[in-house]
Amino acid sequence: MGFLDALLGRTKPVPPNLDALFALPSAAITLQAAMDFNPTGTGSVCFRAAEGRAFSDIENDVRELLNMGENKTPVELSEDKYGFTWLVCHHAADDVEGLVTDLHAVNSSLEAGGFGPQLLCTILGFRNAAGRPLGLVYLYKRGTFYPFAPQSGERRDNALELQVRGALGDDLKIEPDLSRWFPVWGAPGL
Amino acid sequence: MARTRYASDPGLIARMGATMFLLGLVLTGFVIALFFVFDYYGSRGGGSGLGLAVFAALIGVAVAFGGYYWSDKIALNTARARLVTPEQAPELHGIIDRICALANMPKPRVAISPVAMPNAFATGRSSKVAVICVTEGLLQKLDPKELEGVLAHEMSHVAHKDVAVMTVASLLGIVAALLVRFAFYSELFGGGGRGRGGNNNQNALPVVFIVMLVGIVVYAISFLLIRLLSRYRELSADRSGALLTGQPSALASALVKVTGDMARIPTKDLRQAEPLNAFYFAPALSAKQGQMGLSNLFSTHPSLEKRLAQLDKISKQLGRAES
Repeated sequence: MGFLDALLGRTKPVPPNLDALFALPSAAITLQAAMDFNPTGTGSVCFRAAEGRAFSDIENDVRELLNMGENKTPVELSEDKYGFTWLVCHHAADDVEGLVTDLHAVNSSLEAGGFGPQLLCTILGFRNAAGRPLGLVYLYKRGTFYPFAPQSGERRDNALELQVRGALGDDLKIEPDLSRWFPVWGAPGL
Repeated sequence: MARTRYASDPGLIARMGATMFLLGLVLTGFVIALFFVFDYYGSRGGGSGLGLAVFAALIGVAVAFGGYYWSDKIALNTARARLVTPEQAPELHGIIDRICALANMPKPRVAISPVAMPNAFATGRSSKVAVICVTEGLLQKLDPKELEGVLAHEMSHVAHKDVAVMTVASLLGIVAALLVRFAFYSELFGGGGRGRGGNNNQNALPVVFIVMLVGIVVYAISFLLIRLLSRYRELSADRSGALLTGQPSALASALVKVTGDMARIPTKDLRQAEPLNAFYFAPALSAKQGQMGLSNLFSTHPSLEKRLAQLDKISKQLGRAES
């Protein structure tokens, strides 16, 4: 934000950066090869629903759009305790590209409707042989990714997260500021 | 580029710009007036007046800079607040985490004040050392959606650098007030240039008197302008906060709850809270909301009606099916 914006108190909501999402399929392959974490085929988009008719119209359009696609599994919609909406898509475990395409369709519909700034993050779920969950979180406003490895009792496995950062450094733009790796406890589809 | 629903308010921006311009104008007028006074009396022993003005300016800058530099510590101490970690207040941190991710802002520190009065404030000289403080009363009173609205409002204060802007804006008032006070004391106790020369006795009185007069006028005008600016900053923060969460109605309902509660608070608490008013979510001293007249002119926050009307307008803009 510029000096003049601060002086006049006119911050605008930040537009999202959508294109970086398409780096996810190759990152999934790297993660599989390097750390034996496999995609679960579940991905979710998290956004802050705005009040009013305009937003709910777009939300309905998105659900219909995804449900009509080749992938017939319905899209789940849920709201978390912070009032954010999660749209969860399920695909076959090996179809990361199809999943990312669906997630991107959600983003672009919201953005086309003028609600791009409402997008918070997208999470792609992974799991290793032992069943440990791992999420790759994409922050729309930063255009960066970070790993999130929740453990029981709202703790996170920082060692694993840093290890993932090392493994994916070449594939994804990892968020350099660790204080921005905010936790998403209880994210649906993780 | 995708279209945006987030119309800015050119009227508000223009009024705020005009207020700042007027403040600058008053500052210039102040300096020029003092310059003429000292120039006129300079040959006849006006040195003491000039000394006073420079002294007042130095002290004023020091006071303002100190207040700016330690704004977070001063405010937290006044509110008897303590910083909390994510483990101590997971809900509150969770909400702020998400607002930060939505707004692409660094995360501020979070504090809780053990005051029963529902309120919140943001302070700190930059977004890196910013603190968001909420009172226990606020946490109890509001549901998560409303709390999010209030926190988004406070985060907007941080994003707009309101502590810095208001410090610079209030500098003029501080210097003018100090000058009046110094001039008064120097007259009272007969310090400065008096008694050094034979003629000074006649001239010292008018110099100091005129300096005092200029100071009083400048202080009065700048006081009104600063309060006006503060009200515009509040409206801006309401606006940015509501657009950030996309929920203007949640913020409106929080406002109604918080201001409605204000009236029923014991006076002692109110007086303690008064120095913090400028950074509070809603002022603690809001006797008769919405009354037109002098009380509105002097208040740091816009009336509840004005704030609700703006939020209504934003809600309509957001909900418009196709624009």
